[in-house]
Amino acid sequence: MTEATETAAGARKAPATRWLVGLLPVVVFATIGWFLYQGLSLDPKTIPSALINKPVPEFDLPPLPGHERGLSRADLTEPVQLVNVFASWCVACRVEHPLLMEMQRKGVVPIHGLNYKDGPSDAVAWLNQYGDPYDRIGVDLNGRVGIDFGVYGVPETFIVDGKGVIVEKIIGPITPMILQEKLLPLIAKMRADAGAARP
Amino acid sequence: MVPELGHYALVLAIVVATVQAVIPQIGAARRDAAWMAIAAPAARAQFWLVLLSFICLTISYVTSDFSVENVFQNSHSLKPMIYKISGVWGNHEGSLLLWILILTLFGAAVAQFGDNLPPSLKARVLSVQAMIGVGFLSFILFTSNPFARLDPAPLEGNGLNPLLQDPALAIHPPFLYLGYVGLSVAFSFAVAALIEGRVDPAWARWVRPWTLAAWGCLTAGISLGSYWAYYELGWGGWWFWDPVENASFMPWLAATALLHSAIVVEKRDALKSWTILLAILAFSLSLLGTFLVRSGVLNSVHAFATDPERGVFILAFLIAVVGGSLTLFAIRAPSLKGGGLFQPVSREGTLVLNNLLLSTACATVLLGTLYPLFLDAVTGEKVSVGAPYFNAIFVPLMTPLIAALGVGPMMAWKRGDLLGVLGRLKLVVFVTLVAAGFMFWAVYDGMLLAVLGMALVVWLVLSVVWEWGERVKLFRVGIGETWARARGLPRSAYGMSLAHLGVALMVLGITASEAWQEEIQTIMRPGDVQQVGGFDLTFVGAQTLPGPNYSALTGSFVVTRDGRPVTVLQPEKRTFTNPPEETTEAAIRTTFAGDLYTVVGEADGEGGYAVRLYYKPLVVWIWLGTVAMIGGGLASLSDRRLRVGAPSTRRTETHAAGLAAAGAGD
Repeated sequence: MTEATETAAGARKAPATRWLVGLLPVVVFATIGWFLYQGLSLDPKTIPSALINKPVPEFDLPPLPGHERGLSRADLTEPVQLVNVFASWCVACRVEHPLLMEMQRKGVVPIHGLNYKDGPSDAVAWLNQYGDPYDRIGVDLNGRVGIDFGVYGVPETFIVDGKGVIVEKIIGPITPMILQEKLLPLIAKMRADAGAARP
Repeated sequence: MVPELGHYALVLAIVVATVQAVIPQIGAARRDAAWMAIAAPAARAQFWLVLLSFICLTISYVTSDFSVENVFQNSHSLKPMIYKISGVWGNHEGSLLLWILILTLFGAAVAQFGDNLPPSLKARVLSVQAMIGVGFLSFILFTSNPFARLDPAPLEGNGLNPLLQDPALAIHPPFLYLGYVGLSVAFSFAVAALIEGRVDPAWARWVRPWTLAAWGCLTAGISLGSYWAYYELGWGGWWFWDPVENASFMPWLAATALLHSAIVVEKRDALKSWTILLAILAFSLSLLGTFLVRSGVLNSVHAFATDPERGVFILAFLIAVVGGSLTLFAIRAPSLKGGGLFQPVSREGTLVLNNLLLSTACATVLLGTLYPLFLDAVTGEKVSVGAPYFNAIFVPLMTPLIAALGVGPMMAWKRGDLLGVLGRLKLVVFVTLVAAGFMFWAVYDGMLLAVLGMALVVWLVLSVVWEWGERVKLFRVGIGETWARARGLPRSAYGMSLAHLGVALMVLGITASEAWQEEIQTIMRPGDVQQVGGFDLTFVGAQTLPGPNYSALTGSFVVTRDGRPVTVLQPEKRTFTNPPEETTEAAIRTTFAGDLYTVVGEADGEGGYAVRLYYKPLVVWIWLGTVAMIGGGLASLSDRRLRVGAPSTRRTETHAAGLAAAGAGD
């Protein structure tokens, strides 16, 4: 928007300034171009899979206001449980939400919530409105625990076994297809393994 | 045989495009009329060849020729015919072919209707247009051949993503591409003008109709996409700030700014290099959108199947086109002579403010869209930027834009008088304040934004009407003279008023539907009644019925109001088998006052169903607003002055003189 002043001020400006102004878009674009090039070798869908088959990081999070149970590492004691990262601002969370509600209703597997970088009152309103599928909910206000988990987008779901080890991770909303083809077989298998280990 | 013919036509098209890119450019530099004259027939030939190729691909889809890999991947013999056809552009290769078809269509249109252009400018415009064509044709031929064969041919295809099997989405991409690619004409004009070293009001007058047409199509495309999201995704939202939505929104913002700044070039011979830059940026943002969608750089629900090789190609092309044109701009722009001077408070000044706000909005969307990528590249951290960021940015940017929108058209060129204009608008200001006070008192429930939004709507509608009233001297002279004046106003004036009213309607729809939406999410059993938006909804039950290529769980709601029957709503949840996926079909009762929106979900196994019921007041005005904007664009486009092009300056002036002091502004 330099030209408004330019025109108003007439030709007072030195030619060198005009040249620099002309070059500005080129420089900005070159910067963007460099990042785009970097972006090509980064895949937003790949998981930093460092945590898979590793134990859950140590954490202890407070509950949402009005809820009694927070979430800590010590709570992950079932043979299989899900830790679902969600937030009221996350549109895709709404997509998977009915499915989580259904899983909870049918008692498929215990689901814990990690309320990620959310306003606690927003989260409570959201759960009141759409239903609460979670056994326990930990409030990760500043996203610190999320970073330890390697969360990069919401929603994200971690499948944790009885020893507190992350067995698998689902990026993005759980769809009926993922539930049928990936999650349910995995849960059955983990339950069977746990049963075999503890006769 | 048909696919090979299509492939061959593409190869011929790239040869023609190469000739069209090189020969006329040299001809223009040497002032060789014969060499320059090659451009127009070449542009037409290129269009016919690409059209032939497109028809060949369409035939392969219609006949379900699964020996063509692209058809196998994206079609299915059981699909309804309309989706077999829309399947042509429902995938990367086919949509690229559509993109090129539209590009060559615009090239041919410039060749056809550009007879009043100076020959050298026309040759250069078509040459630049052909350079873009060469880039895209090599992209499709070398990395994304839609005609690749499979041997042996599979018996059945994979099917089209069920979410995409929808009438609005069948026509959404063509409109969007008409918009994206239409901006290439403004770009070609800008680059040609930089090569020529000359930008004058005539140039702006040639560019505006093309930009207007592209802008109208882009508006239609975005609006269709948003309406699709509204009724198909099943949670009643209509804009999600998804990277791909942003990719279409950024060129729209730039094109809107360009439309307005081109007026200043045309009327006042000022803001030249800024306008050229906007023309370059608008198309560059279209290309950037293409890159983002097709390279897999950003995560989006829309992203096509991606491939790193394609990403590298588009990026190289992007750098050549954008980098090249911006460098040319850096070299040539300083030598463009500035024209008319103006005071900050003037018609030009308000248009500059419009441009400032729109381009800031565009830059913030760009930043928000690319931020995850920046952060990933620098720190390796992965984030997503969501609606809170964009909403926080847009309200403060759009508020002054709309406030200024009421004043701008009444401001005089060169040197305006803000207090004088506000004085003329004192009644409007007064009514707006009263309306805001009333809103505050009557419906205030903690949402200051809702009051602000409604006040802006009142302000904008009244000031648009007032401006028209002043022009036609409503109630100041006899009704006969007013009628004569109203008929005498140029169509572009009506176009402006209509488009600005469209903005008001959109703000109305957005504000009301966000602020006063009612939403119920619950389990309902047959016979249960819920109340939403003053309606009583009785759930009758749900049953599963077969559709053409899916099975549908259909719920039924009987809607009554104060005991009187209103309608029956039957939302569906469709389960497709090829590929396996579920879609929701919301049942919506749309009225001007508000939408009753119902969604049926899973059965709970005990005779109940999860349902979502919404009442969204005035939401339909969001899309009616875009219809008004498009209508405004069409009205301006039909204005004689734009159709005839440059030489009509004198006529316009005499015409305008007849309209007395109100003047012939746009």
